[in-house]
Amino acid sequence: MTAALRFDPIRLPEKCEQLRKEVRAFLAEEIAAGTFDPHKPNREDTDAPEFSHRVGAKGWLGMTWPKKYGGQERSFLERYVVTEEMRVANAPTRRFFVADRQSGPVLLKYAPEHIKMEILPRICRGEICFAIGMSEPNSGSDLFAAKTRATKTDGGYLINGTKIWTSSAHIADYMIAIFRTSPPTKENRRHGLTQFLVKMKQPGIKVNPIGQITGQYEFNEVVFTDHFIPDDHVLGEVDGAWKQATSELAYERSGPERFLETYYVLTELVRAVGPDPDTRSAEGIGRLVAQLHTMRRMSVSVAGMLEAGKEPVVEASIVKDIGTIWEQQLPHRVRDLAAFVEETATNRETLERQLDFAIKTAPKLTIQGGTTEVLRGIIARGLGLR
Amino acid sequence: MAESDNIVVETAEKIFADLADPQTINNDKTNSWQAPLWQALSEAGLPLSWVPDDLGGSGASLADGFALLNAAGRFAVAVPLAETMLAGWLLAQAKMASPEGEMTVVPASPKDRISLDADGALSGRARGVPFAKTAKHFAVLAHGKDGVSIALIDAAKARVEAGLNVGYDHSDTVTLDKVQPITIKSAPKGFEQTHLMLMGGVARSLQIAGALESMLDISVRYSNERVAFEKKISKFQAVQHNLARLAGESAAALAAATSAADAIANATSFNDEIYLEAASAKIRCAEAAEKGGGIAHQVHGAIGFTMEHILHRYSLRALAWRDDFGSESYWAVELGKLVANRGADELWPLVASR
Repeated sequence: MTAALRFDPIRLPEKCEQLRKEVRAFLAEEIAAGTFDPHKPNREDTDAPEFSHRVGAKGWLGMTWPKKYGGQERSFLERYVVTEEMRVANAPTRRFFVADRQSGPVLLKYAPEHIKMEILPRICRGEICFAIGMSEPNSGSDLFAAKTRATKTDGGYLINGTKIWTSSAHIADYMIAIFRTSPPTKENRRHGLTQFLVKMKQPGIKVNPIGQITGQYEFNEVVFTDHFIPDDHVLGEVDGAWKQATSELAYERSGPERFLETYYVLTELVRAVGPDPDTRSAEGIGRLVAQLHTMRRMSVSVAGMLEAGKEPVVEASIVKDIGTIWEQQLPHRVRDLAAFVEETATNRETLERQLDFAIKTAPKLTIQGGTTEVLRGIIARGLGLR
Repeated sequence: MAESDNIVVETAEKIFADLADPQTINNDKTNSWQAPLWQALSEAGLPLSWVPDDLGGSGASLADGFALLNAAGRFAVAVPLAETMLAGWLLAQAKMASPEGEMTVVPASPKDRISLDADGALSGRARGVPFAKTAKHFAVLAHGKDGVSIALIDAAKARVEAGLNVGYDHSDTVTLDKVQPITIKSAPKGFEQTHLMLMGGVARSLQIAGALESMLDISVRYSNERVAFEKKISKFQAVQHNLARLAGESAAALAAATSAADAIANATSFNDEIYLEAASAKIRCAEAAEKGGGIAHQVHGAIGFTMEHILHRYSLRALAWRDDFGSESYWAVELGKLVANRGADELWPLVASR
């Protein structure tokens, strides 16, 4: 066999189910208190600092991290449960999601001890928001074409250039970004980029919001003009960011957020067709549920492999490839199936409003966090084709 | 499910490799390989994997038997291994012993029904029964006035109209006209035809997933050998992306099928959770057979469309297996009804329970 893909039927352990009950109870209380409306994914203001603090107080942020940094030393499968329940409830996770999933683990691995002690406990308390500075106006999927310069100066670096499509930069307290510290070499075009911890809301950083086709303002242009970053904010090897980028990707690509972003329209469709659907609706729903179940089982399987210390990079890329295409098609399939829903269905307005938003959201799902084309390149490499 | 996870699979793979090499059997127009293969499988006790020792079988676990079916799919063997395993399993539900030789199950579609009359005779018609023509015995699920019964009948007592499925394997119409069974017993309380169909559907799902693994394997290999426009076609991005999609379909089929198998192997009853797992596996694997098989053919070009090439052994069987024990359309309707009936707010709890 040239390609042994593994998707072992991993089940969430019993302790996850107790945790799931706690998360559901917590979210039900938040909904009852009016923190958010689970039927309204199209909120204009997606930032919820107080909610973030309360999630942190529950111990659900950085929950896999060492206790000395504020973590709970719980498993990735427990974190998985928290993530999927929040996502399905449409909870406002924007403020903490990136820090919890991605930025914290990068700091854990590459930041100096005093920075870890300073920042990680604050992530765990839900106090700070992170952004990721990767794309630039002329380098998106081609990450290693980044040009924003970090020029060595006394005690640190001066940053000049522009990052773009930076989600949450307008509310972020920190950004983890890659900047160019040296030109690429002939032998290795990926050489010369360095990962930095950037403190936002400082001189030399200007954040310009960019309107999205959904009507929301979630991503931004971030312009750096002689912005100073001290030496101890370098994360990992100078000029060697390319060595650090790949191992975390499995975490970023295979989570429940990669197939549940438009899930709410499926729930509303089931509500709209009622308990006794016609054949067309039943078949449509059945096929969608079969896909959803399969996606989730694949995603849980990858989470289990990660928990076991494996690096299922190809499997994780497959989950994101087919998961994002599924969640992208979902609103259109639901729209098809809803075409003959009775005018009198009580949730008709809710469904229509949700479809309007989900259809506008759909195009980004196969672009953000690694395009379909990039993912398929990674899968092809894993298959031994390049 | 990787190869050689257990002794049952190891044994089977060795037999398949020795006696059912795809290229060798594809060249054999007389099917002279089938008898030695079946004999070797039987001597190893594999067709009766799911029959306990005291009922004449080899008493393997459900999990080992499912892994065996996945391996059989990887070799796309055209002998009634899955069918005999299912028949043995069905008979064992009523603590009935299995005879030697090839068996199949009747009915093999959720829409067909066999009835049991007051004299203890069986009547009815079942379409699309795999390998009925070559089976020596049928394990029959019948409905009588006292509920569901399980019977063993002599195949010679039934009328069998031969047919072939899309994969050139026997898929026959079986008509029973007041056939007296060899043995008959009541099914255990709560056992329904649906359970046989879900079990058969999961067996087919594992076979499809296995066939897709092989299609991915031979497609990747071929793309690394075939040269066009002065380079290996594996170097073309369009081909790479097609193969990445095939890997996705293969992975989805494998995940859905092994998850359903694991669910049944650890279940105490056929509840909604098992229904979700088994129906989803059949739906997803059938969809993958179409999409994935299509890509495998596209990568192979004209050579894959020839009888001489082995690709069709996998691609056509995977398509044919979609039809057995309820098509994906059938299960999608049933699963959709179940979900709608439980209600919108019970969908996520059902999915998350797995």
